[in-house]
Amino acid sequence: MTTLDLTPRIEAPRGGVSDTLALVGRCLRRSTRQLDTLLLAVMLPVMLLLMFVYVFGGALDAGMDYVDFVVPGIILLTAGYGAATTAVDVATDVEGGLMDRFRSMPIRATGVVTGHVVASMARNAVSTALVIGVGLLIGFSAHASALEWLGAIGLIALYVAAMTWIAVAIGIVASGPEAASGFSFAILFIPYVSSAFVPVDTMPSVLGAIAAWNPVTPVADTLRALLLGTSVDGSTVAAALAWCVGLLVVTRIASGLLFRRRR
Amino acid sequence: MITIRGLRKAYGGHAVLDGVDLDVARGEVVALLGPNGAGKTTTVRILSTLLPPDAGTVTVARHDVVRDPAGVRAAISLTGQFAAVDSLLTGEENLRLMARLAHLSRAETRTRPAALLELFDLTDAARRPVKTYSGGMRRRLDLAASLLSRPQVLVLDEPTTGLDPRSRNALWEVIEDAVAAGTTVLLTTQYLEEADRLADRVVVVDHGRVIASGTAEQLKAQVGAAHVELTTATGVERVETDGSVPDVRRILADVERRGLVVDRWQVRTPTLDDVFLTLTGQPAPQERTLQETR
Repeated sequence: MTTLDLTPRIEAPRGGVSDTLALVGRCLRRSTRQLDTLLLAVMLPVMLLLMFVYVFGGALDAGMDYVDFVVPGIILLTAGYGAATTAVDVATDVEGGLMDRFRSMPIRATGVVTGHVVASMARNAVSTALVIGVGLLIGFSAHASALEWLGAIGLIALYVAAMTWIAVAIGIVASGPEAASGFSFAILFIPYVSSAFVPVDTMPSVLGAIAAWNPVTPVADTLRALLLGTSVDGSTVAAALAWCVGLLVVTRIASGLLFRRRR
Repeated sequence: MITIRGLRKAYGGHAVLDGVDLDVARGEVVALLGPNGAGKTTTVRILSTLLPPDAGTVTVARHDVVRDPAGVRAAISLTGQFAAVDSLLTGEENLRLMARLAHLSRAETRTRPAALLELFDLTDAARRPVKTYSGGMRRRLDLAASLLSRPQVLVLDEPTTGLDPRSRNALWEVIEDAVAAGTTVLLTTQYLEEADRLADRVVVVDHGRVIASGTAEQLKAQVGAAHVELTTATGVERVETDGSVPDVRRILADVERRGLVVDRWQVRTPTLDDVFLTLTGQPAPQERTLQETR
């Protein structure tokens, strides 16, 4: 048997950025081990895109080619699916006791959560790229300039980050992975009552009012304008950014508090 | 190494810890023994900085759990009731991650995971995802993760619950090695045998209070002398004995003279079970099913 030193260390050195890097590595590795989940998160949005364009699209009048209208909506929907995985992953850590182990170690408290968020951003980058790629193949006419592409990517990243942090909060609060999955399923429905799939003015008045106030609406409108190279109100852009940044800040702070809350 | 004074914790008006005092010296092994809901796990969670106390002070390696939780965390390793390992990663990857998070030296981060996998008989399974492990293997990996950081204080919350006797023995041996190397251990257990085997001192808790403390032998002596236990059709009769052959022969002769029909008889020396029964007024906990444990 290998001789193993079990002598206690007098004081373990404190952690830093390297903790967070190790935990990011852990979550990226986890993503590659859940191929079924990964495939589903990547393929489902593409299937939905095809379904919306070819099954529903013919009957929908969005005032433009429906594929042009719906691709930005599907991109936002994709972010929801990506975030659902995060909620389940975080809830699994909490339930399995791994979170307790991390919290009892001399490491950066936020690193555990940051690991999940970075992995979510990476997964979403892949699935969003796929949705855009398939969209372009079936006739999505992106006329965005280089600058508008950058803006679109920035906005998507911001939206994904906000969704992911909501998912983190859900994962910490949920009583288990199943509950977390259920919660995030509810969140998946939010984009449907917005301008992501049909114009708001085609909805019944009550729904239309909800949709007009739905945070997804200004984000979808802004993203659509950026990708298609069309114009959009400054106030819509401002609303989109305000919602994303606001949600991001609030859920980040909430997750931090929830994470440190000692039960 | 551990000092607990007047520790209180209540949930919704129900006192879980009602003024616990406890000292654990450097290198000592102390077992917290008590029925379900006695406050063992709550004590461990406060000690591990996972839960704030309502009142009282707790210091670990001279760090206060409230004022300096980071200092406490640097000194301890916690093995909770559930095997806290990542099911999607392999055993080796789990230990590498923990080695990095424990801030081991570069050399130790490289060599220690393999050495611990070998120590816990997991070398063959090292490259398999943990989700393919048996419960016993997960538990062993969990303890290996706790020993990676060479903690000053090892906190074990029911470390061998649900393990088969062989794995349990193997675990005990490793814990004893760590103790021999100078590690301080606080464990909770529902197995009296475990407390008897590992602990220098057994602390019996019930209803959030310490109701007895001492070596296993001292506690057994409190309960009283050995006795002859006679099981008849109508019940169990206990007669005190010094355990010598003439004394037992005298008791049995007395039984015969009284014409008592005895189905079974045995000489019993007090066990920790008896201590438990005498002190808490209820039998020692039996092995619980996993469902009940959750």
